[in-house]
Amino acid sequence: MNLSRREQVTGRVFLIALILVTLLPFVSMLSAALQPRGTVPDGLAWPSDPQWGNFADAFTAANMGALLRSSLLIVAGVVPVSVLIATMAGFGLGQLRVPGGRLVFGLLLLGLTLPFEAVVTPLYYQMQDFGLLNTRWAIILPLIGLYMPFAVFWMRAHFTNVPVELSEAARVDGSSTWQLFWRVQVPLARPAIASLTILMFLWTWNQFLLAIVLVDDATKRTMAGALGAFQGQWGTDLVLLCAGSLLILTPTLIVFLIFQRQFIKALIQGSLKG
Amino acid sequence: MTSALGSAPTGRDDQVSSTGRPARSTSTRAHRRRWARAAGTGWLYVLPALLMYAVFVLRPLALTVQYSFYDWNGIGVARWAGLDNYVTVFTDSDLLKIISNAIILIVFFSLIPVALGLLVASMVRRITTGAFGTVVRTILFLPQVIPLVAAGIAWSWLLSTNGLVNQVLRALGLGGLARAWLGDFDTALPAVGVIGAWVLLGLCTILLVTGMSKIDPALYEAARLDGAGPVREFLAVTLPSLRQEIGVCLTVTIIAALASFDIVYISTSGGPGLQTTVPGLEIYRLAFSQRQVGLASALAVVLMLLVLAFVLPIQRLTRGEKP
Repeated sequence: MNLSRREQVTGRVFLIALILVTLLPFVSMLSAALQPRGTVPDGLAWPSDPQWGNFADAFTAANMGALLRSSLLIVAGVVPVSVLIATMAGFGLGQLRVPGGRLVFGLLLLGLTLPFEAVVTPLYYQMQDFGLLNTRWAIILPLIGLYMPFAVFWMRAHFTNVPVELSEAARVDGSSTWQLFWRVQVPLARPAIASLTILMFLWTWNQFLLAIVLVDDATKRTMAGALGAFQGQWGTDLVLLCAGSLLILTPTLIVFLIFQRQFIKALIQGSLKG
Repeated sequence: MTSALGSAPTGRDDQVSSTGRPARSTSTRAHRRRWARAAGTGWLYVLPALLMYAVFVLRPLALTVQYSFYDWNGIGVARWAGLDNYVTVFTDSDLLKIISNAIILIVFFSLIPVALGLLVASMVRRITTGAFGTVVRTILFLPQVIPLVAAGIAWSWLLSTNGLVNQVLRALGLGGLARAWLGDFDTALPAVGVIGAWVLLGLCTILLVTGMSKIDPALYEAARLDGAGPVREFLAVTLPSLRQEIGVCLTVTIIAALASFDIVYISTSGGPGLQTTVPGLEIYRLAFSQRQVGLASALAVVLMLLVLAFVLPIQRLTRGEKP
């Protein structure tokens, strides 16, 4: 491709500017987090005596141990079940092509653009009736339901493209539907399942609205919900707030950096299909 | 999204015709029985997902619609209100302002990231595959990975009186412009918009550059041979080829703008006044602080329809060619 040199250089400059703008908020938070407690920091100034101890203070103040545990429990409750039942439904709709499947699919499409705000109020009363308000179940169960439109859509798209002959061959071999699903189809669907798992993890970890509406106790919330509570409590202590926010971000960042290739692939595919 | 419905494959008919021999009616019946049993098993696979969806989405959705016709404080007896709540949503000046705030946010959440993303994409064309490319992609995706709450906290600090934005302005001798951006009546909404633009810019850029790298370079060669300048080239080659990617970016970002909640809740709580209050935040307040469940639900229905009113035409325009 013949791009003129000038164009290439301007392109690079734009990209680098974009990167700097993306990173600045994090750097500015770090610089504030390292200032002595009780001072009013400047936007960006490397402290003469960086107070790394602020992170330890924030760890205790935010009750990080409990928060991590809570988020992990919620993820463990949401992600495996969502992925499993969405894969099953995708298989049923895309491969078995159950009668009435198109109606089900149409119903699910209805939920694809649904803002969570549209159902959060009835969910509150529903959870109250179930006696689950202020428990982690109040976040786990609705999230599974709310993820179904996207997750089933995603898995169905995969199974629709698997040739039906494959299933027929397995049937001739005398395998049951479950064997066909579990031994043949699921292993083949691994890449689609992996991307879906990553997206569900991320969305669950970062879920805020359901967490603040349905659960009062910050130690029973998701990370994002807990961060909201932390800001409410320490909003005036900017140094501690920045240290705590960075700390709460760290687990996601670590997971992201480890799996960054898969994450980016999942996010690109996820938005293209959604 | 919608196109998938129309392109449902015809595999079921193939299955039937490949085994069902019309000559022998007994085998057809046996086949039909087997088929019915298979369909029964098939439903067992669909059922768990459908059940969760019905209980935790469809039922609440139906309830939202039902509540919207009542006057209810969440505890006492609900009183039938007919369309009163909807009349309020469309006539109350505060609520109209709140809805228009969400629409204004589209400029920041959606138009700016897509425009800037297109600009970068048309200049970069492809992010190099090497280490530099990986670093670029990783960094640009960071805002997508962190919770919106964290983005809200970071930017509240950046835009505060002592924050980086004002520090830079003072350094440039523009100290007169410095202010508490999120607290100022005139700048609060654009400031919230900037946070959203920051979150969504990287995603749009990467999606568009990825789409860009799939365009056949021969198209550009041809355009150059025809003497097309950069602008013609952009209009004639880049824009049409990226139609689908642009559609995706617009869909994702418009939903993010209209249904915004996290960023606003954290950075301004809707203030000053109602300057940055958006429908999502108002639904939350009406339902849980002011105990006006009916009105909150009517606003929720309107928000849902508003999202569809924006998203469906975009889907039709950008995926129109494929049946």
